[in-house]
Amino acid sequence: MNDFVINLPIGDWFTAVVTFMQTHFELFFSIVSTVISFVADNLTAFFNWLPAPVVFIALAFLALWRVGWQFMVFVLIALYVVMGMDLWPETMDTLGLVLAATLAALGVGLPLGVLMAKSDVVQAIVRPILDFMQTLPAFVYLIPAVIFFGTGRVPGVIATVIFSMPPVVRLMNIGIRYVPTENVEAGKAFGCNGFQLLWRVELPLALPSIMAGINQTIMLALSMVVIASMIGAGGLGDPVLAGIQQLRLGTGFQGGLGVVILAIILDRLTQSFGNRQRGDGFFSRLKKTFSGDNQQSGST
Amino acid sequence: MGKYTYMARGARLNTKLSVEHVYKIFGAQPKRALERVKKGQGKDQIFAETGMTVGVSDASFDVNEGEIFVVMGLSGSGKSTLVRMLNRLIDPSAGAIKINGRDITQMNRKELIELRRHEISMVFQSFALMPHQTVLENTCFGLATAGVGKQEREKRALDALDAVGLKANADSYPDELSGGMKQRVGLARALAVNPGILLMDEAFSALDPLIRTEMQDELLRLQSEQARTVVFITHDLDEAMRVGDRIAIMQNGQVVQVGTPEEIVRSPANDYVRSFFRDVNVGHVFTAGDVARRDQVTVIERAGSSVRAALSRLNKHDRPAAVVHDRNRRYLGTVSADSLEACIEQLSKNEEGNIERAFVEGVPVVESSTPLTELLEPVAESPYPVPVVDENGRYIGTISRATLLHTLNRTEQDAA
Repeated sequence: MNDFVINLPIGDWFTAVVTFMQTHFELFFSIVSTVISFVADNLTAFFNWLPAPVVFIALAFLALWRVGWQFMVFVLIALYVVMGMDLWPETMDTLGLVLAATLAALGVGLPLGVLMAKSDVVQAIVRPILDFMQTLPAFVYLIPAVIFFGTGRVPGVIATVIFSMPPVVRLMNIGIRYVPTENVEAGKAFGCNGFQLLWRVELPLALPSIMAGINQTIMLALSMVVIASMIGAGGLGDPVLAGIQQLRLGTGFQGGLGVVILAIILDRLTQSFGNRQRGDGFFSRLKKTFSGDNQQSGST
Repeated sequence: MGKYTYMARGARLNTKLSVEHVYKIFGAQPKRALERVKKGQGKDQIFAETGMTVGVSDASFDVNEGEIFVVMGLSGSGKSTLVRMLNRLIDPSAGAIKINGRDITQMNRKELIELRRHEISMVFQSFALMPHQTVLENTCFGLATAGVGKQEREKRALDALDAVGLKANADSYPDELSGGMKQRVGLARALAVNPGILLMDEAFSALDPLIRTEMQDELLRLQSEQARTVVFITHDLDEAMRVGDRIAIMQNGQVVQVGTPEEIVRSPANDYVRSFFRDVNVGHVFTAGDVARRDQVTVIERAGSSVRAALSRLNKHDRPAAVVHDRNRRYLGTVSADSLEACIEQLSKNEEGNIERAFVEGVPVVESSTPLTELLEPVAESPYPVPVVDENGRYIGTISRATLLHTLNRTEQDAA
């Protein structure tokens, strides 16, 4: 029976592959590193540079416009709590990292989702990779990320990108594939070329699905960014990590509460873009909000 | 409307679209299945042995310019596949499809896109409107795709919306409209590009019966304003009979019969075609003109014609009544032996009475295009055979109670 089981040193192979890539793709990694660090550093710096009142006003305004006055009240209180816990710089760091990682994930994920929807071959290849990316424990990403990019923001963002990309790819794929056949036929029957079909029919009709994917990607990015503080990405993960390492219950809870607040704000705001608000301009929506008609349906 | 204008202009017809021995096989190796089809193997056998489906098999027909050509068949008969091959949403496996004499199966991508933008457009069963666009934007769709400027395309789209009676709803969104209105938008979208050929795939099938009839009338009205070449797909024979100038009937992917509605009802090609008429009221198909007979005694009114001469003519032929028309065959009235005798009694001995004084009251006149179903009442109530006239009032023939009952009875027997 023992003869039947062959020892598979998969771990060794993986190490060999990583080492090989580290030595032979150095240029590639350094380019990626430069780009990511440029975006992530500037975003975090920008949010930290913004005076707190500006952030308050901007988020409150978005909350009022996209969701409603109740949510605006929540946002103001929540941000006040964050300031009160003295976690403002950490929160802004995390916001910057999440946005950087999300931008990168969307930059790769959206086109990949389109390709996947258009080609069964691409779908057959990409699908298991997405499964792999999503189910591999998040901590496992951190090790190769550190090997390739050292510690700090860049490997944190990259691990986050990999972890958070699958939903937007999947939902883009599904969104396009589930556009009703007759709508696609109508697009073709009226002479759309491939790009027009995508731009004028498929993407608009898949929009709710795509927005759901973007929302999930942002949420996953937020959760991963916290874990990534283990490799020095910084942000709200730091107090959480400190809480765990030094058994400081209060510090850990405060960090966790900061994450929850950021998660709720980002979730509700991005979700609101998934609801179709056709035709309604910015000002007409504001006017509706103030006149108390907060219904998002397009009834006239 | 449609079918009679077709009959009227039947003399000169240009072929707009011609389908020549077109096949469609769904499956991995269409060529192999194609050989089997040509050897005469059946659809079921090919599916059982190769797993490939014969969608359309050896379809051939011509569609004339300006006619509504209906393709009718049960679901699975290949009619939806057939119509999608006409603009190559589905590529045929074999055969030629010629539009204005040009074989579209040989076109490359670019030519095909041009064809779809300018020459052929389509109306869908589920409307297939874009939910994120207004009615106007939806109507602009084809024009915008073709790169027509905003101002011009909106003007043309508004004209199209006006034609279907939806101009007032230009700024609405599709989910604010009823089913019938949505399909009007679908129709306007297709008309806006001013296509040479309009494909309608079960366009009215998703609508409830009342709205469906309304839309059929709308189509016929539009057709009377500007006769387009329409290929109309339906599974509903009543609809086919109502809108179709000619009908092709499909069964198991084959076109089993092509003809005018009258031809198909009179001489169905096989039991499958005949089976359609079980549920159909043939009274809608035949018209007064179809069953009118010229066996009545006629009296031509002229200066010399008199009531006495007319009476003697009636007696000679032993008929109770006669039709009076002028020299241009314009129908004037009906006289009976009784009415003539009554008239003569009032005359003095040698006076010549004008025949008009002997016209029988209560004899209705029907136009030749009146469907049989609408004839029951006038024929039943009229004391004498009902005269049928064409649109210019010229006498065509009469319909007696016996004729009408006989016709209705015969067609019912045919159907059974």
